[in-house]
Amino acid sequence: MMLLKILFRNAFHNKLRSSLTILGIAVAILAFGLLRTVISSWYSGVEAASTTRLVTRNAISIIFPLPIAYQEKIRQIAGVKTVSYGNWFGGVYIEEKNFFPNFCVDPKTYFQLYPEFVLDLLQQKAFLADRKGFVAGRKLADRFSWKIGDTVTLKGTIYLGNWDFVLRGIYHGRDETIDETQFFFHWNYLNEVIKKRSPNWADKVGFYMIGISRPDIAPDVALAIDNAFKNSLAETLTETEKAFNQGFIAMSGAIVTAIQMVSFVVIFIIMAVVANTMAMTTRERTGDYSIIKTLGFGAKDITILIFGESLVITATGCIIGVILTFPAAKAFGHSLANYFPVFLVSAETIYYDIAAAFLIAVLAAIIPTRHAIRIRIAAGLRRIG
Amino acid sequence: MTDQKSTIVEIRNVYKSYHRQSLIVPVLYDITFDIVEGEFLALMGPSGSGKTTLLNLIAGIDKIDKGTIRVGDVDITTLSETELAHWRANHVGFIFQFYNLIPVLKAIENVELPLHLTSLSKKERHLHAEMALTMVGLAHRMDHYPGEMSGGEQQRVAIARAIVTDPTILVADEPTGDLDRVSAEEILSMIERLNAEMGKTIIMVTHDPRAAQRAKILRHLDKGYLNDDASQNPL
Repeated sequence: MMLLKILFRNAFHNKLRSSLTILGIAVAILAFGLLRTVISSWYSGVEAASTTRLVTRNAISIIFPLPIAYQEKIRQIAGVKTVSYGNWFGGVYIEEKNFFPNFCVDPKTYFQLYPEFVLDLLQQKAFLADRKGFVAGRKLADRFSWKIGDTVTLKGTIYLGNWDFVLRGIYHGRDETIDETQFFFHWNYLNEVIKKRSPNWADKVGFYMIGISRPDIAPDVALAIDNAFKNSLAETLTETEKAFNQGFIAMSGAIVTAIQMVSFVVIFIIMAVVANTMAMTTRERTGDYSIIKTLGFGAKDITILIFGESLVITATGCIIGVILTFPAAKAFGHSLANYFPVFLVSAETIYYDIAAAFLIAVLAAIIPTRHAIRIRIAAGLRRIG
Repeated sequence: MTDQKSTIVEIRNVYKSYHRQSLIVPVLYDITFDIVEGEFLALMGPSGSGKTTLLNLIAGIDKIDKGTIRVGDVDITTLSETELAHWRANHVGFIFQFYNLIPVLKAIENVELPLHLTSLSKKERHLHAEMALTMVGLAHRMDHYPGEMSGGEQQRVAIARAIVTDPTILVADEPTGDLDRVSAEEILSMIERLNAEMGKTIIMVTHDPRAAQRAKILRHLDKGYLNDDASQNPL
């Protein structure tokens, strides 16, 4: 009990130094937490992927389309429950900085495959009934203050020209991890225009989304689909939605690795700062530790004092850092909503924060403790005065 | 008087040297003498004569190179670091020149500190510490931190901490070295009373003749050698 009292009071004895160290740790934990959140946001699409959804695309590359005629053939494969399809539209709203993902989809089947996109039944009907209708995520509609019935014009970058749409529905996510920034409209609307402009490009889809009855049949169904189109003009590559999304992440793997490296560098730097503080503190208290040893306390007690002090300092910094992470992540997520539609501090990130703080505390205390234990009492006492 | 009392500290052929990088610096040579129970011994000598080293060896906070030191029934030179720490906690009270109180603990907590190594309850520890502080006249300052007290008061707290475990021997290293004359006299009187009234065996290192005058026995060290046989203090 008395040792606890000493270590707590020691931790805050030199107020300026302790405050600066705690501030440093808090900032490091905040930075570490934000960087980890960036990484987990990067993978949010992968995490949100369903195990009962498959994606079929052109085997050569995603940029090559597949015939719409594949739909029926896919539907007949055993294990397939629902088949939907869509195209990346790549439209720009007013100017490029307003980026959001926009797709043309089969309005009848797409929302059946995505129960996590919750859409009011009446709005769903209205969307189905209007060929120029579109559905937007709640965050996207809020961002541009769109109301039901508003006409929104997108400038086509792949399919050139101005495209007018009428907002018929606003979906919201089943939970906070669901992306609410997407824009969906009728595939038929796009296809009809293409038919008139360049008929060769008509009746094509960018991808098929396939609902299967059970996750365990995914490999068999994927194989069956790809076998069905073997040696055709457009061979397919079918994979789980998770694998498909991971493929996209892999394209930006170097960035993720760089962020991960920076997050570890942040921890390493603060570890050096805390280790320096602990070394200074221990050197300053060599006399105190010698007295404590003189009175009969042992190496275990000295270890408790130094490790405890290091833990108190880092734990305080960690708590402040974790508390600050939430509002900082909110502000960060808000300002970068275009790039990170889901920017949430996960429980895993907090565990990483705590683990990092614990690691800092322990590693920073090892050498000072060893020094304090090994110094002869007589030599330690000589330093007083 | 002392002849009737038993020997409490027995020092035999003790040698001690320090290692400074590749150099071996001899500090004590062939020291042999006894201290009887209830004795108040002053170890005198110029700086570098080895008196503090000898005191540290008797108190078990440093290791000898050769020889034996017995305190009571225990040959402390054969004890391991852990055993020695345990022995110190039970048998030695320390008074240092610079008081060596823990700055983040109040006076009462500083005095209580060595009692945490005993089996006393929290209440008993507090009671003992309070009693020790009362004995040194500082009951009213028990909730003050060392930084809030004068040097003399801090040394009195250190004395209270030294006696609170009722140790076999009290060792004092220049206990008045950092005090003004009045405070020094107070501290010396207190140490004297501990010996006279409580029968504590006290070994005090000093190079101050005024402090040494308070001791019953004087021993001189010079360049690591014990210079003479014990002389009764003329005062």
